[in-house]
Amino acid sequence: MPMSAPVQSRESFVHQIGRAVTSVVQLIGDIGLFSICLFSKLFRGLPSARVFVPLCFQIGVRSVSVIMITGGFIGMVMAVQSYNQFRLMHMENRMGAMITLSIVTELGPVLAATMLSGRIGSAIAAELGTMKVTEQLEALRALGANPVQYLVVPRLLACLLMIPLLTAVADATGILSGWLFSTEALGINSFHYWHHVNQFITAWDLLSGLTKSIFFGAIIAIIACHRGFNSEGGAEGVGRAATEAFVYSFVTILVLDFFLGVFSNNLYYLIWPNPLVSG
Amino acid sequence: MNSLTTPILELRHVSRQFGTQHVLRDISLAVHPGETLVIIGESGCGKSVTMKLLMALLKPTSGEVLWNGNPVQQLNEREISTRRLKYGYLFQGAALFDSMNVFENVAFGLRQNTNLKEDQILDIVVQRLHEVGLSEDVCGKKPAELSGGMKKRVGLARALALDPRVMFFDEPTTGLDPIMSDVINELIFRTGQRDVTNVVVTHDMRTVERIADKVIMFFPLARLDDHQEQIIFRGTKDELFACEETQVSQFVRGEAGARIEELHAA
Repeated sequence: MPMSAPVQSRESFVHQIGRAVTSVVQLIGDIGLFSICLFSKLFRGLPSARVFVPLCFQIGVRSVSVIMITGGFIGMVMAVQSYNQFRLMHMENRMGAMITLSIVTELGPVLAATMLSGRIGSAIAAELGTMKVTEQLEALRALGANPVQYLVVPRLLACLLMIPLLTAVADATGILSGWLFSTEALGINSFHYWHHVNQFITAWDLLSGLTKSIFFGAIIAIIACHRGFNSEGGAEGVGRAATEAFVYSFVTILVLDFFLGVFSNNLYYLIWPNPLVSG
Repeated sequence: MNSLTTPILELRHVSRQFGTQHVLRDISLAVHPGETLVIIGESGCGKSVTMKLLMALLKPTSGEVLWNGNPVQQLNEREISTRRLKYGYLFQGAALFDSMNVFENVAFGLRQNTNLKEDQILDIVVQRLHEVGLSEDVCGKKPAELSGGMKKRVGLARALALDPRVMFFDEPTTGLDPIMSDVINELIFRTGQRDVTNVVVTHDMRTVERIADKVIMFFPLARLDDHQEQIIFRGTKDELFACEETQVSQFVRGEAGARIEELHAA
């Protein structure tokens, strides 16, 4: 008997790992099937303006202030953090290029998406979760509407349209706040600031960041709707769905950001093999 | 009402489980055109699941669901969705869409499935609201602004908007005061008068007394042995009230019986 206890404990641990892996794989598969179902409905007609316009207002217009605050502080923090390093190398006039490049390629899209997955993703999951637990999804089906077509497709399209626009707002606010803080508080020459931005930042940098945000928008909508549709157990389940929507979206955005970054770089060097072209 | 006609709805040896929990086992029942079938039984015995299976909102784990003698499993999602429009469903909590006002809720099925103009839809919505005893003044209200009884009536108006041939009522009087319960019972009775087939799930014996043509009583699977049938009573309401079988009569009279002894033992 004393010998069997550790074996039992080891088996149990292995079981736990196995269960965790199985549930993650199952979740990914389930989200994949949900996405296939969603994309098959995407081409069966556009949502009505009565449904789509309020969603765009909710997702887009209502998020502008929070996105501007996010973008504004990213720009200023970048300026504060990089100033001393650049000054040591007597390159502070080039700070504009570094701040702008960081914002348009990485920080703008990723932090805007993170903020929006918290604001929009959680709200979508909570709304659909509440509909699920109060039988409103079944009521939709009973009235001849497909819940994926009626609820998910418009939310996906609104996220695909609005999140790149919000990312552009975050980029613009970040660039402007970085410039304002650098020139007014840190004494950087405005001409040199913009000259180096113009010299180092290409349309590719800007577009690669905005392209990422389209993928992030799709991720936020799909995961939030999936969690909402699968919520169970009343108010507690709805709360869990909202939390999961944020956490899963955030992790997926970071993972996707890495792969999109690698893909974007490879594509860039495939199109322009000479790296000097970019400078 | 005639048992020789093809049932409009039928379950054949249907079982349903959620995960490892068995809710229904080998259930067979038929609903004939024009009749009002009332399903009674304790909470958690599978009454609402049975209704959702009949409406094809859930799929059975095993067995067959038939609409007018045709197996639902042979239909694709779009065909089910189209045929389901002949069925109306009043959900237990009314399930009104929170984001829409009363008018939009009642108009939803019409906008979704017909090409009617807005003024025609308005006429139908107002007519349906009048039928359930509500005036057009409620049209602009959101569900959160309505009382429980009004929500149920709006839910009924929404379900009736597409002129269904079969109406499902899931615990229509639960949570309502006796007066409002009586109003809802009267509305269900009037629905039956319009040559609509009704399937009603309830705990309320006054509902049974008022509207039932045929009654079926379910028993929770967890309290049954493997060989026992889950449907412990089938008959008319008169037969139900005259039934001397302990489990049936205790439920009808609202007596806990052995359950109280179980509580004391615990």
